[in-house]
Amino acid sequence: MGFILAAAAMLLALVLPLSGEIVPGLQARPSLLVLTLAAALLFAVAGWAGGMWATSLGAAGVLCAAATTLALLRDTNINGSASVGFWTIVLAAWLGAILCVVALASMRPRHDTSRRTLNLAIPLLFGAVVFYLWEVLVRGFGVPSVILPAPSAAAVRFASSLPTLGEDFVQTFIRGVLIGYAIGCGAGLLVAIVAQRYAFLGRGLLPLGNFFSALPLVGVAPIMVMWFGFDWPSKAAVVALVTFFPMLVNTLAGLSAAGHMERDLMRSYGADHRQTLTKLYLPAALPFIFNALKINATLALIGAIVAEFFGTPTQGIGFRISTEAGRMAIDMVWAEIALAAIAGMAFYGLVALAERATTFWHPSYRT
Amino acid sequence: MTNSALALSASGGGTLRQHPLFVRYAPIATIVLALIVIWYIAAVLMNLSLVRDGFEREETPYTVSELIEGTMSAERPLLPAPHQVISAFVDSVFGYAPTAPRSLVYHSAVTLSATLLGFLLGALLGIGLALMIVHSRVLEKSLLPWIICSQMVPILALAPIFVVVLGAIGLQGLLPKSIISAYLCFFPITIGMVKGFTAPDPMQLDLMRTWSATPRQVLSKLRWPSAVPFLFASLKVAITISLIGAIVAELPTGAEAGIGARLLAGSYYGQTIQIWAALLAAAVLASGLIGLVDLTERGVARQMGTRS
Repeated sequence: MGFILAAAAMLLALVLPLSGEIVPGLQARPSLLVLTLAAALLFAVAGWAGGMWATSLGAAGVLCAAATTLALLRDTNINGSASVGFWTIVLAAWLGAILCVVALASMRPRHDTSRRTLNLAIPLLFGAVVFYLWEVLVRGFGVPSVILPAPSAAAVRFASSLPTLGEDFVQTFIRGVLIGYAIGCGAGLLVAIVAQRYAFLGRGLLPLGNFFSALPLVGVAPIMVMWFGFDWPSKAAVVALVTFFPMLVNTLAGLSAAGHMERDLMRSYGADHRQTLTKLYLPAALPFIFNALKINATLALIGAIVAEFFGTPTQGIGFRISTEAGRMAIDMVWAEIALAAIAGMAFYGLVALAERATTFWHPSYRT
Repeated sequence: MTNSALALSASGGGTLRQHPLFVRYAPIATIVLALIVIWYIAAVLMNLSLVRDGFEREETPYTVSELIEGTMSAERPLLPAPHQVISAFVDSVFGYAPTAPRSLVYHSAVTLSATLLGFLLGALLGIGLALMIVHSRVLEKSLLPWIICSQMVPILALAPIFVVVLGAIGLQGLLPKSIISAYLCFFPITIGMVKGFTAPDPMQLDLMRTWSATPRQVLSKLRWPSAVPFLFASLKVAITISLIGAIVAELPTGAEAGIGARLLAGSYYGQTIQIWAALLAAAVLASGLIGLVDLTERGVARQMGTRS
């Protein structure tokens, strides 16, 4: 039913004006006319067929419609002043895409691999739709790039300024984040192990750690810049401080996760504290430690970027963002954000993979 | 396992040492004291060369005690001593009228209003998203992965853009900051509430079905009450994040008022004591806000008849 509507919208676009200014209609552009008719046909057949076929035919129709709109946007008379006919095609593409996503989401495949592919495909498709709408809306309405650049513009900028982005990445991520992360998490882990050994210390540190991890610790950034200078050590120091307390609190919680039975067993084996620690407490604490590592992965990147707002040498993600925003070069800012996002996701993904590899025994992974 | 509490009570033998209050707070007090002592020592060590240079520049003879005293009262120390921070804090809280631009109360109020507005927006957004996700399988499959992904992005990096974009549209002041706060704090609420709304076990849901309850009744009578503990747990996380968001949003925007602006001004002019006082104000705000959520939680729990 929805697909029939989409097909009707595609046909309607043939007669409606494409732009506020006078431009040749779709009939005058043979290749686009073919694409439009193909999309309409695919939608119509999809609406008639139903089932698995409808989804794949509909997806093909969506691709045709989206290609039509993107090709139309290359016309400078349409770019920025698109009107009803253009938006009808966009609507048809959007409608078709939503129907595909809904159909995919209601499928319940029996095989494990196909379920996993589906769980990956649905959000990817959804994201593609969002990016497509962003691109088309920004360019169709002619939103000034100072406010919001089209994703394609940011992507072009990303590709054309790779050397700069690479330098920023090394400065912020490799030097600031990774070093600070290692120091902060390592120190948190060690202090937690010591605090677990001496119960008095643990009882004092746990509430304090909870308190400190709730504080806006990134605020120490100006002090760290004052102490350690403009270069990466100050960023690493902020990151280390920000990551220390979550690690401490989580590890302390994890070290007390081992059950009484297991502890008694270790004692009956005559294990000394070191053996108990490496064979029982630390493995039992691993899920908690990884939880902290994952929380810290995002905190670390935020800490480093914020610290750069207080002064840096002339590179770094945070520095570039604030200066380019001041120069109104918003596409560069978005390129930097894309860089930060990719770095953050990759970092998080690596930690999650390591967690999979080391805590495969945990109930949450044994489905 | 050594049990030092046991050892303490054995050596002291007094009943005071087994008092629950003592057992609970003695370790905290000890560590806080130790931290303060370390802080003083660090202040002396870090400010030493600064003060010595000062004396040598004026070519006045000095003694060790004068030197140490100098490190405690330097005007722009590398690390101010705790009492300097406290006195600066007290001075700027009580020393000026609450509306004066030098008063920390004024700056805290600016940040607090952005925090609260952002928190409110974020909580509404978070709960709304959670409701949609719980009720729609399509959204759960397509939207939830992106919400999780959005948290791996350093969202604070967006702060300057938000302010530039919203400024271009004509929005200034409170709203851009609140939007950043809201963006930061909706996530824990969404995740917590999705967990909370799906917390009722299948038996209870089946029972609701045998009563032929509508989805709305299931929501109000079963899902919502079972989500309340999750709600408060995530609100506590969210309100601190909201405060961080509001403070950081003040940094790149060149705001004139607020704790973040205070930090930035302090770092430009090398006013270390001012930075520390602002940090202390942020800490007080954070613990106050968490305490407020905690109190509300207790009140709601009592209303709902839970025994704690």
